[in-house]
Amino acid sequence: MLRTLAFLAGLAVSLCAWSQDEAVPAFKSIDSVEARVQGCVTCHGQSGQGTENGYFPRIAGKPAAYLYNQLIAFRDGTRKYPPMNYLVAYLPDPYLKEMAQHFASLRPAFAAKEQPNVDAAVVERGKAIATTGDPSRGIPPCIACHGAGLTGMEPGIPGLVGLRAAYITAQLTRWRVGDRRAADPDCMKRIATRLSETDVAAVSAWLAMQDPPKDASPESSNLVRMPLSCGSQR
Amino acid sequence: MKLRTLFRLALAGVIVLFVAAFVWWALKPGELPQTPQSITKAKGGTAPNPTTQVINLGEYLARMGDCVACHTEPGGKPFAGGRAMATPFGNLYVPNITPDEETGIGKWTADEFYRMMHTGIGRDGTLLYPAMPFASYTKVTRADSDAIFAYIQSVPPVKLKNRPHELRFPFNKRELLVGWRTLYFKEGEFKPDPKQSAQWNRGAYLVDGLGHCAMCHTAINVLGGSKEAQAFEGGMIPNQNWYAPSLTSNREAGLGEWSTRDIVDLLQVGVSLRATVYGPMAEVVYNSLQYMTDEDAEAMAIYLRTLAPKDSSPPVPSSARLVQPAVMETGRQIYEKQCAICHRTDGKGWAPMYPPLADNQSITMASPVNSIRMVLNGGYPPGTRKNPRPHGMPPFAHLLNDEQAAAVVTYIRVAWNNTGTPVTTAQVNELRRMLPE
Repeated sequence: MLRTLAFLAGLAVSLCAWSQDEAVPAFKSIDSVEARVQGCVTCHGQSGQGTENGYFPRIAGKPAAYLYNQLIAFRDGTRKYPPMNYLVAYLPDPYLKEMAQHFASLRPAFAAKEQPNVDAAVVERGKAIATTGDPSRGIPPCIACHGAGLTGMEPGIPGLVGLRAAYITAQLTRWRVGDRRAADPDCMKRIATRLSETDVAAVSAWLAMQDPPKDASPESSNLVRMPLSCGSQR
Repeated sequence: MKLRTLFRLALAGVIVLFVAAFVWWALKPGELPQTPQSITKAKGGTAPNPTTQVINLGEYLARMGDCVACHTEPGGKPFAGGRAMATPFGNLYVPNITPDEETGIGKWTADEFYRMMHTGIGRDGTLLYPAMPFASYTKVTRADSDAIFAYIQSVPPVKLKNRPHELRFPFNKRELLVGWRTLYFKEGEFKPDPKQSAQWNRGAYLVDGLGHCAMCHTAINVLGGSKEAQAFEGGMIPNQNWYAPSLTSNREAGLGEWSTRDIVDLLQVGVSLRATVYGPMAEVVYNSLQYMTDEDAEAMAIYLRTLAPKDSSPPVPSSARLVQPAVMETGRQIYEKQCAICHRTDGKGWAPMYPPLADNQSITMASPVNSIRMVLNGGYPPGTRKNPRPHGMPPFAHLLNDEQAAAVVTYIRVAWNNTGTPVTTAQVNELRRMLPE
């Protein structure tokens, strides 16, 4: 009884804290997915909405299969980020799938968007790449696959809305140099290697400035013809 | 008269038999450790043929030896090698042990395999580097070595050339291993101790032999050797920056005061009412110990308990009074905000999901390395057959600066009458700088 009371008291305190600080561990029931994913919250937030730290991405609402692919890649070392590689190193597939489905199902509010300190010309360049692409260099627009609302596409294409410029730049750069890759055929690799460094900075800045749509759910699978064949959409 | 003589003779006979039985019982050699019958059964449940039995046994023993952990590259084919093993002397590249005839061990014989396990000498006569735990594997019986060999020969061969080691001079000279072997290697199969139970002997066979626990839990000196006199006394694991606690001291990870149940859970499930495994030990549980039969887990527990005799010296007083009140208060506030939801204000945790910090040897032991690392990096226990969805702890490296992390680690080491000592910001800073980022 005392134990229960103590737990409830702790819970009340932590629930108050929850609304103030999304990066502080908190959960309602110990035998729940929420309690089990506390290992994620100081970086990705209680509902996967991201935290103040610009590098840690929002993961809420991204397609479950995309998140699952990333967790597997972190575990097996094919995507390299040591803090993540360490955390999920000894977790089995079904559990990683459960975590992915959990965060994919959440729709927390978006943090205030970034206002990167860049020239209007750079933003224009970024907008052009994201919305019309650069056909002369074989670069399709981001929205062709990541969706008109930038919320991604089931099953394997992540939403980009709500991500910070620092994170997008880092990922595109890793793709350009071959550090990050996806299932073959790796469409993102084909695109990233065609982007210049200034393209990457421009498109990251523009993407980080976009408002989220009312419904932040990813688009259904393959409703549109994609400009490139992507292994992660199979 | 005749009847009486017969009766006396019979009585004498019975006595002689009793005496003989007693003498045999008293003098018999210790029982050789037996592998539980359940392992050799076929997976389908039908009566297995002898070959299947041996391969099943070999698969089980290979898991106990955790061969796959080193001989497989992350994401690579099982046993195909290629994994870089960082050592203080340079990188070793673990060889391919699939039965590929050109690049693996497809042409080896059971004799050659046993010689390698038993003496650390390769098929072509090269002396193996002691990263291969032959100092432990030498204890493995011939029958078990043959079973492991049969299993290895049954896995799919993978053609993958061994990569040459990248060791600095003079460590790249294998001739020097002769000296190392003289100092640190004692060849010999496990000898059961007749004064101990069959269960204890089975546990000792697994812990000292295939389990090669001493590789981490015995301190490694500058020559990469571990002294038998310091067996299981703990030490830093080179290049991993985790501390492998002593198994012989109840002030560290000695299990002398643990229940058999808790030890079995820790090894087989990965979590227990008293502690949880993280880091390199999580890898061992994930790849190896979770597959142990209940009988073997209990045998290991019984042996491990005897490594750390009960401590009769008076408990160390709390060092709380040595901590500056301001540091203690900073630590307490961080603890209440970030930690108490899981580990609770009284430090008792919600075991086994969230481990207790009060009266937890791994928090209070002399080395604070593991506690600091957990606060900085967080961690998940391994997902195991008996605990497939473990609860995890988040990293705090990006939220706490060195002073704050030192304060909260100091707090958990001295609060609740814990017997640990304060840690310094320098200790935190050193581990933070070593971490991959």
